[in-house]
Amino acid sequence: MRRIAVASGKGGTGKTTVAVALAESLSQDSEQIVLISDCDVEAPNVHLYLDPDFEQSKAVHVLIPQVDEDICTGCGICSEVCQYNAIILLKDRAMVFPSLCHGCGSCTLNCPENAIREIPNQIGILERGIGNGNIYLRHGLLNPGEPLTVPVIAALRKWNDEFSARIEIIDSPPGASCPVVEAIRRVDFLLLVTEPTPFGLHDLKQAHQVANELGIRTGVIINRDGLGEADIQGYCLDNHIPVLMTIPLDRNIGAGLARGDTLLEIYPEYGDKFRALYEKVDQMLEEAVGP
Amino acid sequence: MKYAISSSTGNPDTEFSARFGRCTYFLIVDEGLDNWEKISNPAQNAQGGAGTQVVQYLAEQGVDAVISGRYGPNAYDALDAAGMKAYLADSGTPRQLVNQAQSGSLRLAAGPTGEAMHGQGGRGGRGGGRQ
Repeated sequence: MRRIAVASGKGGTGKTTVAVALAESLSQDSEQIVLISDCDVEAPNVHLYLDPDFEQSKAVHVLIPQVDEDICTGCGICSEVCQYNAIILLKDRAMVFPSLCHGCGSCTLNCPENAIREIPNQIGILERGIGNGNIYLRHGLLNPGEPLTVPVIAALRKWNDEFSARIEIIDSPPGASCPVVEAIRRVDFLLLVTEPTPFGLHDLKQAHQVANELGIRTGVIINRDGLGEADIQGYCLDNHIPVLMTIPLDRNIGAGLARGDTLLEIYPEYGDKFRALYEKVDQMLEEAVGP
Repeated sequence: MKYAISSSTGNPDTEFSARFGRCTYFLIVDEGLDNWEKISNPAQNAQGGAGTQVVQYLAEQGVDAVISGRYGPNAYDALDAAGMKAYLADSGTPRQLVNQAQSGSLRLAAGPTGEAMHGQGGRGGRGGGRQ
């Protein structure tokens, strides 16, 4: 399976617009089974465009410690080994803070009395189904108030692919830290969507640095071209990043997306443009030796 | 009664710091206000759970009451479990604030007064496109 991720750094640049447009374009070619994985688990919204029937769901848990107070001697080793201060010793008793726990299991492993067992704490769910245009969609939903997005993203990406898709498109969360790394690691190619504003350029640099650290090949899509003066082209030229597409600032696009229409529903000619973009990515990957 | 007051300078006569889990120093003083001890906050740069780490540390120091500007939910639960009094202050020097606590003019926190902090940021989510 070929995996292409869409990320941006800055939020609101058009990641989901691009991910859906690419999925729709490729699925119009009937030989391709396209899966789109919405990894923006704090605010997934690909389903708003593809309107799927979610036929399957799966709970996501992290394992949090539960201390047996009859066995605990209050030695405090659990709190010493916890990197997140999620278990502390007060009045010779271990106290657990589930919302701080990353589920690493260090306290359980290191407890000399075996007084800790791990109990599953549900932090979100995964859902999947088939949406408009015969596109397969899966996404994660983090429970409101839960701070840990990474386990939900990891579980989503590990969920066995019952669709036998040939292409997976991953819609990454915004930012340039752990959730993005979890969403884009081990992909074949990364599309960075940006806009020509100082914010778009600044965050593009950060996202590009993350991709470089991970050794992922990248290409840029400039969205809302004409919105600002930031020199995206110059940055891409200096850093040898191909600019694969430019989408102009266009009121019709903005209005259509706001109604819940996809880019291809607004301008069907983007189907050919995105298929050409995919061809180009395909070529770059064929030519590439290593990452 | 042993008090711990959050501070950015470690000086009992300059303005206190409203940050609890991630203040720079704690000033620890006994009831008589004559032995001021300045300690660096061990949780200042914690990845997460600064509040809970601070409470455990202060409990180990034998602190009975804390004075700060706000307490997140985890810090508050830990203070509650430790049986420590949590005073809320708006402004003042540590010396003035301990005097106020002793005279009964400083209010006690009745529950968490801040949102969960979840570390110092850097958790993705610039979210320009969020509604």
